[in-house]
Amino acid sequence: MADKMATRQAYGNTLAVLGSKDENIVVLDADLSGSTMTKVFAKEFPERFFNIGIAEQNLYGIAAGMAISGKTVFASTFAMFAAGRAFEIIRNSIGYTGANVKICATHAGVTVGEDGGSHQAIEDIALMRSIPGMTVINPSDGVSAAKLIEEAAAIAGPVYVRLGRAAVPILYSEDSDFQIGKAITLREGSDFTVIAAGIMVNEALLAAETLSQQGLSIRVLDMHTIKPIDEEAILKAASETKGIVTAEEHTVIGGLGSAVAEVTAKGHPVPMEFIGIKDVFGQSGKPDELLKAYNLTAEDIVFAVGKLKR
Amino acid sequence: MDYEGLREKAKDIRIDIIRAVYSAGSGHPGGSLSAADILAVLYFDEMKIDPKNPKMPGRDKFVLSKGHASPGIYAALAERGFFNRDDLVTFRKMGSMLQGHPDMVKVPGIEMSTGSLGQGISVAVGMALTNKLDKDPGRIYVLLGDGELQEGLVWEAFMSAAHYRLDNLTAVIDWNGLQIDGKNEDVMGVAPIDEKLKSFGWETLNIDGHDIEAIEVAFARAKACKNKPFAIIAKTIKGKGVSFMENDYSWHGKAPNGEQARKAIEELGGEW
Repeated sequence: MADKMATRQAYGNTLAVLGSKDENIVVLDADLSGSTMTKVFAKEFPERFFNIGIAEQNLYGIAAGMAISGKTVFASTFAMFAAGRAFEIIRNSIGYTGANVKICATHAGVTVGEDGGSHQAIEDIALMRSIPGMTVINPSDGVSAAKLIEEAAAIAGPVYVRLGRAAVPILYSEDSDFQIGKAITLREGSDFTVIAAGIMVNEALLAAETLSQQGLSIRVLDMHTIKPIDEEAILKAASETKGIVTAEEHTVIGGLGSAVAEVTAKGHPVPMEFIGIKDVFGQSGKPDELLKAYNLTAEDIVFAVGKLKR
Repeated sequence: MDYEGLREKAKDIRIDIIRAVYSAGSGHPGGSLSAADILAVLYFDEMKIDPKNPKMPGRDKFVLSKGHASPGIYAALAERGFFNRDDLVTFRKMGSMLQGHPDMVKVPGIEMSTGSLGQGISVAVGMALTNKLDKDPGRIYVLLGDGELQEGLVWEAFMSAAHYRLDNLTAVIDWNGLQIDGKNEDVMGVAPIDEKLKSFGWETLNIDGHDIEAIEVAFARAKACKNKPFAIIAKTIKGKGVSFMENDYSWHGKAPNGEQARKAIEELGGEW
């Protein structure tokens, strides 16, 4: 097993597997198949792959038409152009109709890196989870990405899957089970809880390890499904631990942190801290430099837990 | 159905449009009336559809990309027997399946939810592409407004239809020349529509969109066209059939009052 893999790579590999099992699957891309990794499917099943060109609105309009005609459609581009540019097409032609389109958007967050702020989608989770009936998934590693994409293919209706560009550590063994809407408790703990999604899950595990050396018992939840969110796991964490830190590679406005706070505020208010991008745009840089610059590291999570402790 | 029968159906559709918009107290009569003859030919002659089995495999599908002409398509569906004509008076009311803009989840015979302009043509391309892939004989028809051509997505969709050689797709452009704020040419010029479409790889035909025979001939030409999508550019009169609504853009999106509705229905040859 490779110790690192980009979630987009896992996506490409999974598509090829799904494509051989289910002839009803079609894949669409907007001139980024080499980056989104839909090229893996395109190579194996060229007759079921459609390049729509650099036209993301049309990508999702056509995806809706094919889904409404009975296909299971995977339609990919960068998160910026999917959730951002095509938002209203996704909202009206896919969301409003309940079309069976899997919007697998890659290159999300600041870890896009050198391309800079124009290409770093940090609002996509907020946008997508605001659409009624949209399932929103943000896998943390290659294994969970593959399994959750298989799960997404198996359910009817629209799903947004947020995938990353950068290779990230593998956190799960191949035999792990994943269920949409059910958080994974990666580490049990009784003092505080860190609820993370995507690449921040690994940072949360590193932070928990550091904090355990300081005598703190930290629970870590991989909240891979942001909608529908696992209310039970959140309320359990809220009642069994003294506070919650959320961690996401996304603006703190409207993303995972907001989704968790919506649950705790109503069901069991607890002190919270929010690790995420603080209402600013990204910039060019190496992924690691950017994660540091925007306070998206294990160290920042440790600091946030410290604030809750006070 | 013969031409006379189709003209009668177009008349009935127009009367239904006025009734629906009047009872709702709002809606879009102008662009519904302009499309009534096209809808009559599609629903009573051209399309292979079954009101008793709206999801019939292999059927032809119609997408109303100019979704605000919902009174028009609801009238056509009701006249064709997809649902009861009495339902038309629930248009735009709480709890009605007849939403302000068509909702495919609610209404039998509506193939796509539309209203946000430009999206219907893109979705229709997806449907036509799927039928090609599946070797489904069903044809895809889509009706666009002329003002709708100002949406960039329309041209993305036109480009892709030609690229994938979708000769099972026919677009009709309801060229009534008017939009909410006035004349197309004053708001944002769209002409020449045929030359633009030709340069995008489409076959085109300009017709009088109120001439039943010309509409039929145009659909026959579209079916005979191979390897290219076909666009029928139908010159129409906004508000067609109601003297005080004709060519007056203020009737794009407002309902007649009781007196106006009575006059409109009488002019159309219906009973108030």
